[in-house]
Amino acid sequence: MTRPLEVQGLGYELPGKGKRETGDGRFLVRDVSFTVGAGETLVLLGRSGSGKTTTLKLINRLLEPTAGEVRIAGARARDLPATRLRRRIGYVIQEVGLFPHFTVARNVGLVPRLEGWEPPRIAARVRELLAIVGLDPGTFLLRHPHQLSGGQRQRVGVARALAADPPLLLLDEPFGALDPITRVELQREFQALQQRLGQAMVFVTHDVREGLMLATRIGLMHQGKLVFLGTPQEFRESEHPECKKFMEAA
Amino acid sequence: MSLWDFYARNSGEVLGLVGQHLSLVATSTAIAVVVGVPGGVLLTRRPAWRGPVLGLANVFQTIPSLALFGFLIPLPFIGGIGATTAIVALVVYALLPIVRNTYTGIAGVDPAVREAGRGMGMTDWQLLTQVELPLGLGVILAGVRVATVVSVGTATIAAAIGAGGLGVYIFRGVAVVDDTLILAGALPAALMALAADALFGLAERRFAWRAR
Repeated sequence: MTRPLEVQGLGYELPGKGKRETGDGRFLVRDVSFTVGAGETLVLLGRSGSGKTTTLKLINRLLEPTAGEVRIAGARARDLPATRLRRRIGYVIQEVGLFPHFTVARNVGLVPRLEGWEPPRIAARVRELLAIVGLDPGTFLLRHPHQLSGGQRQRVGVARALAADPPLLLLDEPFGALDPITRVELQREFQALQQRLGQAMVFVTHDVREGLMLATRIGLMHQGKLVFLGTPQEFRESEHPECKKFMEAA
Repeated sequence: MSLWDFYARNSGEVLGLVGQHLSLVATSTAIAVVVGVPGGVLLTRRPAWRGPVLGLANVFQTIPSLALFGFLIPLPFIGGIGATTAIVALVVYALLPIVRNTYTGIAGVDPAVREAGRGMGMTDWQLLTQVELPLGLGVILAGVRVATVVSVGTATIAAAIGAGGLGVYIFRGVAVVDDTLILAGALPAALMALAADALFGLAERRFAWRAR
């Protein structure tokens, strides 16, 4: 059975200087393999610079892998045009990146519009999504991003990522920039969302509590490599020194 | 003879020169926008070209306008006496602010917005037309504004190479030492510059998204 995401031997070597074809021998990510099933959330945990974000970008090809293979629902990512691939993968980043000149409705409807949906279908979907992320469509549809709080903005960011109902969602520290209270609020809502949606998710964070709370499985990255992969329970009990450091920090 | 008497007696000629002046400025600015905006966009895609291109445009900017008009006269096709030469020179001057501001406007778009757009699966063209140009429009218009205002002034010198415009009165006034005549050319030119400044200023504020 094909899974929403299969990653095999993924690697990224920094490009060499000048026009040489080969890289410069420094790997940001090396030999990373995992799979994520429908309804599963893989949390990639690690320190800053451990390669978590790079791994996400290799999956949706914001960076081109220099080694290994990514399969989305069985299809090889590198065989698809990058833009088509990305429209099938929801993407949420810490800075949200809403378009400031678009209303909430146009922001959320972005991917459906790129995909050429009929306007009435987009409008209906946008309303549905805002309700899913806990924003009243009547209040928020026509607002602009600068009229929203940080928490509301990230809700819109999540709604935008879900718009075309992608089989896979990539989240890069989505709650990292929020105040502690809003963060906990959104984490709880996100947990409820996970159960309702059944999407496969890869969730990057350096917050071990957040990771333990939201993960089906945890992958620990260290110096570009995946050094641990297992359930939150296994993570708590792991003897791996890096896992222990993270558990001590929690 | 007062300025108003002069205008009253020569209203036909005045209007003709104002028209010529406007057409010099409008034509050259339009060409500079058509060339300069894509040029600025190209610089955002080819960062290595930025230094040389902006440097070259800077150098052109330092050539005194009278000298540039003179240099252009002997050149085939774009040179000679008349409006074509003047327009070429005015385009050269207008290019720098437009190219530079287009580059700055697009480079100033929040990187997170660009990453989100690419991450959502926008093509480079969609990102440019739906995100980068609309968000950079305020800064781009500021460049067009500067270019237009400078053009209105520089176009007065075009009269020296037979391109007409309000400079005709100014040069004639200088030659015969007649302040009224100089003013007859300078005043409408100044008003034109102020009007262009105000007009583009309004447009600029209308599209300044990132100020919020």
